[in-house]
Amino acid sequence: MSSGLSTAPPRRTTSPAKPGRDGSRKRVRKALSSRALPYLLLGPALLFELLVHVIPMLTGVGISFLKLNQFFLRRWLQAPFAGLDNYRLAVDFSSEIGLSLLRSLAVTLAFSAVVVSCCWLLGILGATLLQRSVRGRGPLRTLFLIPYALPVFTSAIIWKFMLSRDAGVVNHSLRELHLGSGETYWLLGDNAFISIVLVQVWRLWPFALLTLMAGMQSIPTDLYEAAEVDGANRWQQFRKLTLPMLAPVNQVLVLVLFLWTFNDFNVPYALFASSPPPSADLVSIHVYQNSFITWNFGLGSAMSVLLLLFLLVVTVGYLAVTSRRRHDA
Amino acid sequence: MSQQLNRLTTASEHRGRAVQLGTATKESTVRIRTLTAAISVALLAVTGLAGCGSGGGSDPNTITYWASNQGASLQQDRDILTPELAEFTKQSGIKVNLEVIPWSDLLDRITNATTSGEGPDVVNIGNTWSASLQATGAFVEFDDATLGKIGGKAKFLETSLSSTGAPGKTATSVPLYGLSYALFYNKQAFADAGITSPPANWTQFVADAKKLTNPAAGKYGLALAGASYTENVHFAFILGKQHGGNYFDQAGNPTFATPQNVAAIRQYLNLLATDKVTTPGSVENSTTPEAVTDFTSGRAAMIMGQTGTITAIATNGMQPSAYGVAPLPIADPLPPGGERINSHVAGINIAAFKDKNTDAGLKFINFMTSKAEQVRINQKYSALPVTSDAASDPIFQNPTTKIFLDVLRTTSAPMPMVTNEAQFETTVGSGVSSLIAQLVGGKTITDDDIRATLTAAQQKLTGGG
Repeated sequence: MSSGLSTAPPRRTTSPAKPGRDGSRKRVRKALSSRALPYLLLGPALLFELLVHVIPMLTGVGISFLKLNQFFLRRWLQAPFAGLDNYRLAVDFSSEIGLSLLRSLAVTLAFSAVVVSCCWLLGILGATLLQRSVRGRGPLRTLFLIPYALPVFTSAIIWKFMLSRDAGVVNHSLRELHLGSGETYWLLGDNAFISIVLVQVWRLWPFALLTLMAGMQSIPTDLYEAAEVDGANRWQQFRKLTLPMLAPVNQVLVLVLFLWTFNDFNVPYALFASSPPPSADLVSIHVYQNSFITWNFGLGSAMSVLLLLFLLVVTVGYLAVTSRRRHDA
Repeated sequence: MSQQLNRLTTASEHRGRAVQLGTATKESTVRIRTLTAAISVALLAVTGLAGCGSGGGSDPNTITYWASNQGASLQQDRDILTPELAEFTKQSGIKVNLEVIPWSDLLDRITNATTSGEGPDVVNIGNTWSASLQATGAFVEFDDATLGKIGGKAKFLETSLSSTGAPGKTATSVPLYGLSYALFYNKQAFADAGITSPPANWTQFVADAKKLTNPAAGKYGLALAGASYTENVHFAFILGKQHGGNYFDQAGNPTFATPQNVAAIRQYLNLLATDKVTTPGSVENSTTPEAVTDFTSGRAAMIMGQTGTITAIATNGMQPSAYGVAPLPIADPLPPGGERINSHVAGINIAAFKDKNTDAGLKFINFMTSKAEQVRINQKYSALPVTSDAASDPIFQNPTTKIFLDVLRTTSAPMPMVTNEAQFETTVGSGVSSLIAQLVGGKTITDDDIRATLTAAQQKLTGGG
């Protein structure tokens, strides 16, 4: 785009008194500057993207081919080359390491599926209710956004206190309301899964709400008026109008929610520290355990790379399917 | 800051070169690709080099010290250590920058410091990690010459020295605080239940605990920290010794799933599963202070804790006269091959990072392990001295401290001094935690379950290589 503008030679020189070399130099400089400007503006972002994302990622990929354990921590550049050993170990489902990675992956997928569905359902419900100008809409919106505004770690730790068996407010309230014994271990056994889903939905659904509210506001009101003239009831309007118009928003929203949930480290770490119960052994913590706790950074990196590839495949597949469906529609 | 600036300027120089390289090629896509690759490589090299090369003594009269969290809070540690550090500065003219690091972060921080070379001069480590950290080669070796600078090997207690590194290798840390396990019991609760003396063996211990348990009244015999992998692995190890079990053979190869180790973990789990003498919170307590709260609030009549528990109990406001201390009960008679062990050699070691201000660091270590300092600081932390001259100080001759000291000197064994000890703690400890968690769901844990857990733990350990 910029090259098109800059390479076209000016038809008129502004100062006829100074033709020749001087003018052309100015032109060249102008052309150069307008061609360079976008890159100059992108430069800092690109540099930091490299520093913060790309280089650590490439380093991680590099480490996944090394036998990097405590013996080489100090001189990790000299760690011996391990070839595909780490990968072989990670996907060897006959051994405990591969098997537990597979289990962890299954738990994480179930966790992501439940969380994304709950977040989306709550989000669309909230957005539909708040779309109409009901009384108290402003304060309600603010209220719903609070979990999203709180620092993740702090709120997850508060949840940990609330879910504790003996002193937690959750058990206390259940007992007061005569809903069960009030002696449930929420952070152990299979209940840990319920707890972590609860906390994650609580934390992420405001994002779904926010995005869907914004999406709904961009649907022209005359479409609804036309639908009403055609005799569509609210449910039909929602199904035949709102949902299809929200499709592009949904496509991105579901993908982002999935990636965030799948990769989340903060909530499981705050709730279970480094040893989560099997039902809540999410893959991010699992990888952390396999690298930092057992000091096997090569294996941990290999697992990360495998996950990266897995997420890439899922993302590309998802985008391909959803885009085609939208074009078909 | 200036280091960072330097790093940035070198980075931009490299990039300058990379740009020249890039413009030499003709195809624009190839050019961009080459450019990106060149920049990445250049930056990688630069950051890599910066990671290795930086550090080194800047000011010979200042050192950084990472202390572990020994008190009830990080602030209490700062309050205890600051006057001691001031004393050191007065004696030597060396200023000490103190950072107290919680246990949950300490190992991560040490690993990071090892990889980056950006660490402190002197650091505290859990003494059970000493062989693992020795293998990283990050710490100054205490050969005879170096030991000479801190008063020689002979000044330390032998048991404490047994936990400073793998046997036959030059130690890379020296003892700082000594700790051992013992049984704390609530005198009033014992009197109410008609128990006149602390349990002398495991059978009596379980019988007493049952007597003290009355769920309807919210009273239980014992509080555990069942979700703490460190506590779990300690008991798996200690009871394992009593059953004649070993987690590693002579050659240092893991032998986790032996019948002895299974029996030991069975004995520990039975406290929760069949004896049912533990507080409901025991399965969920992830730190020792949480279990201590069960004890000081009167919910639990007994707790198995290390020396430092004294401080935690005092912080919760329980008077020293309200509780008694006894050695942890041992099975009587011992199973065949069993050893009379009721504690691991617990404690904190102190080490100096290589390529740092070693001279000042060693002076500081010498100061911290001097008689005067050992007496003062171990008294403040209710820990045990690790040098013989300090151990004979009258302050440590009171009955309670004497019990801990005797346990440390006579009936404690060092945790396996193998290079993957840290991994042993995490894999076995978390394995036991998950077994405990399964008890909550009402599952019956069989010996096969325990064996499977230990086998899985060992696979994780050996998978690491």
